[in-house]
Amino acid sequence: MNRRNEEKLAIGLMRLSLYGVVLILAAIMAVIVVKGFSAMSWSMITQTPKGGFYLGKEGGVANAIVGSIYLAGGATFLSLLISVPLAFALQKEYSSGRLTYYSRLALDVLWGTPSIVYGAFGFIIMMMIGLRSSLLAGIITLALLVTPIMTRAMEEIIRMAPQELKETACALGLTRLESSSTVILRQTIGGLLTAVMLAFSRAIGDAASILFTAGFSDHMPGSLLDPVASLPLAVFFQISTPIVEVQQRAYASALILFIIVLLLSLLSRWIYLKFSQNVIK
Amino acid sequence: MAIQIRNLSVRYGAHQALRDVSVDLPVGKITAVIGPSGCGKTTFLKCLNRLIDLQEGVQVSGRVLVDNEDIYAPQADLLALRKKIGFLPQRPFPLPMSIYDNITFAPRIHRLSEAELLSHINGLTTAVAQSGNGEVKPIGRHLDEKTKWNLLVENYLRLAGLWEELRGRLHEPAARLSVGQQQRLALARALAIEPSVILADEPTSALDPISARLIEGQFKLLKDKYTLAVVTHILRQARRIADHVLFFYMGELVESAPAEQFFNHPQHQRTAAYLSGEIS
Ligand SMILES: Nc1ncnc2c1ncn2[C@@H]1O[C@H](COP(=O)(O)OP(=O)(O)OP(=O)(O)O)[C@@H](O)[C@H]1O
Ligand SMILES: [Mg+2]
Repeated sequence: MNRRNEEKLAIGLMRLSLYGVVLILAAIMAVIVVKGFSAMSWSMITQTPKGGFYLGKEGGVANAIVGSIYLAGGATFLSLLISVPLAFALQKEYSSGRLTYYSRLALDVLWGTPSIVYGAFGFIIMMMIGLRSSLLAGIITLALLVTPIMTRAMEEIIRMAPQELKETACALGLTRLESSSTVILRQTIGGLLTAVMLAFSRAIGDAASILFTAGFSDHMPGSLLDPVASLPLAVFFQISTPIVEVQQRAYASALILFIIVLLLSLLSRWIYLKFSQNVIK
Repeated sequence: MAIQIRNLSVRYGAHQALRDVSVDLPVGKITAVIGPSGCGKTTFLKCLNRLIDLQEGVQVSGRVLVDNEDIYAPQADLLALRKKIGFLPQRPFPLPMSIYDNITFAPRIHRLSEAELLSHINGLTTAVAQSGNGEVKPIGRHLDEKTKWNLLVENYLRLAGLWEELRGRLHEPAARLSVGQQQRLALARALAIEPSVILADEPTSALDPISARLIEGQFKLLKDKYTLAVVTHILRQARRIADHVLFFYMGELVESAPAEQFFNHPQHQRTAAYLSGEIS
């Protein structure tokens, strides 16, 4: 085989995997849209479940939409408070190579840990401190789940900032903290926000970790200490009934979740572009 | 500000990049640092403001006295040291912000007072007039703070020969500048910390001959106020600007001499060979 054909073959294979991924995505979307569309309605997104909702009667999943946004938003915020300092602490300017090596390893293991384990862990902690299933417990558990993701993504982005930029900042007489909080932050802000979005998407889509910790409720979220509904669990509960209308509503709920994640991805793209104007390549 | 280097050795892991260098950098002069690629010029320069500390696995021994203080002493104040020394890196890196902010950034971090700001502007105005980069109107006493900063930026950009081409684009991201413009911006930014020493690592490597001459002219004007060390691999440039020359070869300082003597009567055989192009 000559070199030209080799290249053609390689490009062909790359395209194939690209189309494959797009096709799978399209298939998932098609199933959700086709099955969920008929159940999609204004009341689906504006109303809470009325009596007999799970038997195919009136109502919507507004409680789950709002609950999910609270849970994921709260968890992302909490995780952000931990992840930013942690991501900087993992840089060689601040910590020894050994420490960062083992910290990264630990975070990677946590990243790979199934979310049901976080759910179980959160549940044990709740029992210990006497907290019942609630928005707060859900937020804390989800924050634990997404912190490794957010931290590792941020840490990687900060580490990729050009060495010359760090030297430039240092040569101007900046302290490490000044350099991190101004120059490096500005250089990486787009990427850091993408990491935040990544964490939010992960948090809003997770079911297992909040199954015992956030519980479920047919009402709009009230206080931090009450159970809240969430979209993934709404999908789960509705799809496991034998009633067709309710199953369709599960797909409609999935569609809503899907649209939220899609909008967020677009938003993060936009934020990235907006904030990367100043980035030095 | 005097810089004295004593028995400076640097190794990167097993590789010895500098071997027992002892030399003084004369005050108010331009010292050219020359030598073939990889001979340790950048390493040498980075030792003088301890930027070398940022390299991984580097070992430095010896002493460097800046203003009679050993900067490798444990109690050395690195922030103060680096504020005294303007550094132009081999590859220019604008800060990730606007052109304007690139210049004001360090003075703001160093919390320049309004009085200092005013005195800088006054000093600069004279310097700019001397440099032939246009004239900034002498300023009245009652300026608001913003105008002062604007003037400061204008002055430094004029000194670096950037004002005319950038005056309308000050608030654009500096990332959009050409490499040559970035190099001159790096000079303006380094001057803005009002250092006493300027270390420049091939400061004209990305410039066309005319802009390069402009920067060279700038260095000559600056040398009254500063101690300047300029790394260059262009021998003709060294001839044009240098008062004193250091020649490095494979990590060793082979010769250190006044420019006149260095170029006309080199003492060492290797210097002569390098000057005649026999070794590179
Ligand atoms: N971070 C590093 N780690 C290992 N070796 C290094 C490092 N930086 C430089 N060196 C080595 O040290 C020697 C001197 O490098 P230096 O950058 O000082 O050379 P230079 O004279 O500035 O060269 P050039 O003219 O190409 O810029 C070279 O052999 C180089 O490979
Ligand atoms: Mg170099």
